[in-house]
Amino acid sequence: MTLLKIENLRACIEDTEILKGFSLEVGKGEVHALMGPNGTGKSTLAGILAGNEDYEILEGSEVLYEGEDLLEMEVEARALAGIFMAFQYPSVLPGVGMMTFLREIVNAKRVHEGKEVMDRLAFVKEVKRLVGFVGMDEKMLKRTVNEGFSGGEKKRHEILQMMLLEPKLVVMDETDSGLDIDALKVVAEGVNGMRDGERGMLVITHYQRLLRYLEPDYVHVMVGGKIVDSGDKRLAERLEERGYEDYGL
Amino acid sequence: MPATEETLEQVSELNEKGYAHGESYEIETEFAPLGLNEDVIRFISEKKDEPAWLLEWRLKAFRHWQKMTMPNWQKLSIEPIDYQSLCYFAAPKKKEGPKSLDEVDPEILRIYEKLGIPLKEQEFLAGVRGRGEGEGGEGGNMPVASPVAVDAVLDSVSVATTYKDVLAKEGVIFCSFSEAVKDYPDLVRKYLGTVVPPPDNFFAALNSAVFSDGSFVYIPKGVRCPMELSTYFRINAANTGQFERTLIVADEGSYVSYLEGCTAPMRDEHQLHAAVVELIALDDAEIKYSTVQNWYPGDSEGRGGVYNFVTKRGMCRGARSRIMWTQVETGSAITWKYPSCVLWGDDSQGEFYSVAITGNCQQADTGTKMIHRGKRTKSRIVAKGISSGRSDQTYRGLVKIESSARESQNFTQCDSLLIGNDCGAHTVPYIEQGNGSSKVEHEASTSKVDEARLFYCRQRGLDEEQAVALIVNGFCKEVLQTLPMEFAVEAQKLVSISLEGSVG
Repeated sequence: MTLLKIENLRACIEDTEILKGFSLEVGKGEVHALMGPNGTGKSTLAGILAGNEDYEILEGSEVLYEGEDLLEMEVEARALAGIFMAFQYPSVLPGVGMMTFLREIVNAKRVHEGKEVMDRLAFVKEVKRLVGFVGMDEKMLKRTVNEGFSGGEKKRHEILQMMLLEPKLVVMDETDSGLDIDALKVVAEGVNGMRDGERGMLVITHYQRLLRYLEPDYVHVMVGGKIVDSGDKRLAERLEERGYEDYGL
Repeated sequence: MPATEETLEQVSELNEKGYAHGESYEIETEFAPLGLNEDVIRFISEKKDEPAWLLEWRLKAFRHWQKMTMPNWQKLSIEPIDYQSLCYFAAPKKKEGPKSLDEVDPEILRIYEKLGIPLKEQEFLAGVRGRGEGEGGEGGNMPVASPVAVDAVLDSVSVATTYKDVLAKEGVIFCSFSEAVKDYPDLVRKYLGTVVPPPDNFFAALNSAVFSDGSFVYIPKGVRCPMELSTYFRINAANTGQFERTLIVADEGSYVSYLEGCTAPMRDEHQLHAAVVELIALDDAEIKYSTVQNWYPGDSEGRGGVYNFVTKRGMCRGARSRIMWTQVETGSAITWKYPSCVLWGDDSQGEFYSVAITGNCQQADTGTKMIHRGKRTKSRIVAKGISSGRSDQTYRGLVKIESSARESQNFTQCDSLLIGNDCGAHTVPYIEQGNGSSKVEHEASTSKVDEARLFYCRQRGLDEEQAVALIVNGFCKEVLQTLPMEFAVEAQKLVSISLEGSVG
């Protein structure tokens, strides 16, 4: 069953067309890797899926999420409907405590689903379990959101939030960039641990190395604002050997 | 249910109707004749059965006030105030002062209950303490709500003071100003007007002439006050000015933490609130004074709302004494005040932590004054302003290091956060450096709520209001965490509530 359907998506920023007829379908339980050189529109795509309004979407574009017009939905409505974006550059929230933030976002989701807010102790226990899983230091829970976090710590924190929120569709925007091998494994384990035959994932990456730990069902090559090639994980291996020269680059 | 939780619930419940404390209540009230002259002052003094010296003191202040004019250096636009059309005294009618809570008019108790101010002692006395929810516990040590003694002031008169007996055992005096004049005349006479003398400024002179009631606190030598003291001010009657006077004296080596809360009903006309607060800290004494001010701010067009023109000043008279002001200001049509510290004693310390939130057409010109006179005195100022709507805010602060204040230090930080494009924020620091051995630091910033941060929060499922509340609470955290634990949570909630409707 299709979770996300992108059809002929065209988008501009300041009169420059960045996405030029991008189409992709992500079915339930599928992991798609989207690869491509810098400046080809990968992050623009992620931003548009999350609801970033800096882009102008051109007519004729269509994005359906669970059959609904995603482009008409508010940012938070998308999140509450189960879309999670792991940011390439997660924001720092000065003065906002980690536990406060995590509790707020978990409870926003629970309230939306008509559930009771999470019991405080149960919540703390769950967060501590996940903190261990993603290899963060528990002491970081006493800090403010992403303030003074290293690149790796920020990404572990993104994975922690993803696991807490249990989204239906994960969009990872170059989550692997700038990570050492340990952090990379955490990201991959986080994703693998959440593969359950239901959840869809779109993993945007510049490098092939993440895909060694995280076997995608499909690999797509994006050049010049659209997908130019698709295949299975062997496509990623070929890209590692030959780069993007087959695509005229 | 612990008081804090109860209060929280009621705040959120009431808030659904917009301004949370907008109702006025039917209470039989006794008024002074409209207008201001010596007869009205005599009327007030007589109603309160005051000694002759106090009447003289009032009259002298009044004669001084008549020669004064309202200042005009502030960055505020204030409609002219007709002092002759105001009522200067309104008191809930009663035959005799209540001896205990049981004798307080049940209708008055109901008002305070509805406002979320617990005037019930028994729950705490019986040891029924619940766990309050708080930040910082983060997984274990949740703060436990502790008892708070409350003095409730309705219009011009103190209607109830709780926990008097418990406090009396420690020698702590906590009562209404009127009672203090009767029961502790020597203490009152010794300290009244020593920090804010009547001719100090226009509104202080007015207050000195007509002040009706307020709170009096005395902490004896070496005593650490066993609980938070709190005064809750409520304007109820229409066309009535509120002029309270608070006097807190901390004797050598003592400590007290005091909190005031304020609300008023929705009225179409402006209500004048001109209080005076005087704090005196002797050697090694410490006073922590916190304010959560939520007077009615007026409607979205700027109609109505309280004019909050208050003089607050603390005197660190003794060596090594310390005074700390914390204020969370979300209400009032106009806020105009500068809680100050005079650092007289050597090695004394003054601190000022402020969060001011303005929306709609609210105006605020607020800040502090730190006057360094003693040697090695220290002051610290952290002011956070959040403006939205068409509101306008000015931080105005004076740091004055006198020549005698050798090796003194000040640190000032003022941060302004803007929401939307129609609001304003201004910072006006005055620095007077009177010697070469002292150090003054000033940092200021102005920013808008960062779009990327909002987007990050919204991508996690928070709506725009929740996201802004979270970001603003983070912005204010340094100040909010200086509040007593019981009120920090409430203040956070108030911050969120006052931002509602400020975005989108």
